[in-house]
Amino acid sequence: MPESPPLPAIEVSRLVKTYAGVTAVNDISFTVARGEIIGFLGPNGAGKSTTMRILTGYLPATSGRVSICGHPVATETDEVKRRVGYMPENNPLPDDMRVSEYLYFRGRLKEVPRPMLGSRIDEVLELCDLKRVRHKIIGKLSKGFRQRVGIAESVLAEPPVIIMDEPTIGLDPHQILIVRDLIASLRGRMTVLISSHILPEIEMTCDRVLIINQGRIVAQGTPSELRREVLGQSAYEIEAAGALGALPFLLGAIDPGLSVASEEPADALGFRKIRLKTVNDDDVGEAILRACLSEGLRVRALSRAQPTLEDVFLAATRRSWDAVAGEPRGSRNP
Amino acid sequence: MLLVSPSTYIAAFSFLSLMGFIFTSILEEYSKAQQNVSPASAFFAVYFIPVIFMVPLLTMKCLAEERRLGTIETLLTTPVTTTEVVLGKYAASYLLYMAFWASTGGLFYILYRFAGDAHLLDPGPIIGGYLFIAVSGLLFVAIGVFTSSLSRNQAVAGILCVTALAAVILGSRYLGSAAWLDRESLAPLKAAVGYAQIWEHLQDFSRGVVDARELLFYASGTVLALIFSILSVEAKILHS
Repeated sequence: MPESPPLPAIEVSRLVKTYAGVTAVNDISFTVARGEIIGFLGPNGAGKSTTMRILTGYLPATSGRVSICGHPVATETDEVKRRVGYMPENNPLPDDMRVSEYLYFRGRLKEVPRPMLGSRIDEVLELCDLKRVRHKIIGKLSKGFRQRVGIAESVLAEPPVIIMDEPTIGLDPHQILIVRDLIASLRGRMTVLISSHILPEIEMTCDRVLIINQGRIVAQGTPSELRREVLGQSAYEIEAAGALGALPFLLGAIDPGLSVASEEPADALGFRKIRLKTVNDDDVGEAILRACLSEGLRVRALSRAQPTLEDVFLAATRRSWDAVAGEPRGSRNP
Repeated sequence: MLLVSPSTYIAAFSFLSLMGFIFTSILEEYSKAQQNVSPASAFFAVYFIPVIFMVPLLTMKCLAEERRLGTIETLLTTPVTTTEVVLGKYAASYLLYMAFWASTGGLFYILYRFAGDAHLLDPGPIIGGYLFIAVSGLLFVAIGVFTSSLSRNQAVAGILCVTALAAVILGSRYLGSAAWLDRESLAPLKAAVGYAQIWEHLQDFSRGVVDARELLFYASGTVLALIFSILSVEAKILHS
């Protein structure tokens, strides 16, 4: 690779794409370092696929600048296409070719030299566990195999950047696990940008997450950063019995921001489940426990609630909808 | 892919059956009475039947199928341009079309082998006829590729192609004999229609007359149809 190392793999600045008066992507900027695995999250119609298509050079952008490994997509489209392995949404494949024929055809299209292609195909077949079906016709493969053929095809030419639009859509949990391991095995070697709806999967494989809604980036960072940034609070759950009326006062003494968020009725043994929340990020679990015990409350369980990426996603997209509702959107109503 | 796909062989089989049938019926005519043109001329005079049926069947799939399946997206994200894709599809369709026609050479060989009558096998009209098929095929296949780029539905593309070919082949003949074009003010139009008489081109080729204007007609038509195909594919991506 002739480029010098500091160039980021993907650089997007102020990207805008409008279709017939509708703004699909509205002023997006982000950078992806080499070897990073990035998750692209967003509700349907948020502009994920459009952004990915622009990155691959398939669609031209309305305005903004996109470069892949330092090559601007608009002017050096061919160079960009050589550096990107792309798997579109729904993974279109020709139904009447055999798996090995298809990979050979794609390898030649992607300018893999003929002498190397045979061994490279064997490698990706091995990597994606496709050896058993290499002579089968693609149209007769099950969804999981088709998906893996798509992934094998995108890594075939060993591009430095891989873009996959919903690679795990329609797969069963076991196949998702395989695909996830496969993507994780590319870590460090290739830059991977994947979009998905399946949040736990993104959380497990990706180094960083971009949440996009209505064509804008509403949050970005590692999953833990996002939790802090978007939810902005930690939550605790305590199951206790005794004189609970004193609890708010006790909590105020530990941390002024700590308060009772919700309380459930007592169960047969007199224990209540109480949810506490605080804006403070420090772990105050021990302090809560000590305070409760010193006041003679009986504590059965105390846990710090871990917000999932799902909560983050919902909060971030809701926040952006609120923001959008607050301002008139010229692009939607011309 | 074309050569391993069974549909190619089914198409080739039906094409040869049709052409064989036409060829035999021509020969039957000849066995009944003396004719004043050679059998090859009579054979190539019905070129429009296979053209109107075979060209749409060969070309309707080429771009429509890619768009319907979405494989055009994976295709165009490899280091190839739209122009290369369209030209590749065109070249494949044209070569297959010519291979089909070349297989009809077998009919003449059988005639030569078993009739042994030099009078029936005048090489001039045969060579001229094949030359005409090769040159006019450039345009017909380009029209097929263009109509295939217009729709993602193969059937629609096929029907459009039949209509367009019929308009080019039969429409020009109709216009050539239309009385309303004889008016003085329409003389340039009449001359233009005169150049586009595909039937007369066939007769010229059969007689061994290769007119540069006729070659230019097919070449420019082909280039135009291919440019429109490329623009159509790109426009559909932009508005997808």
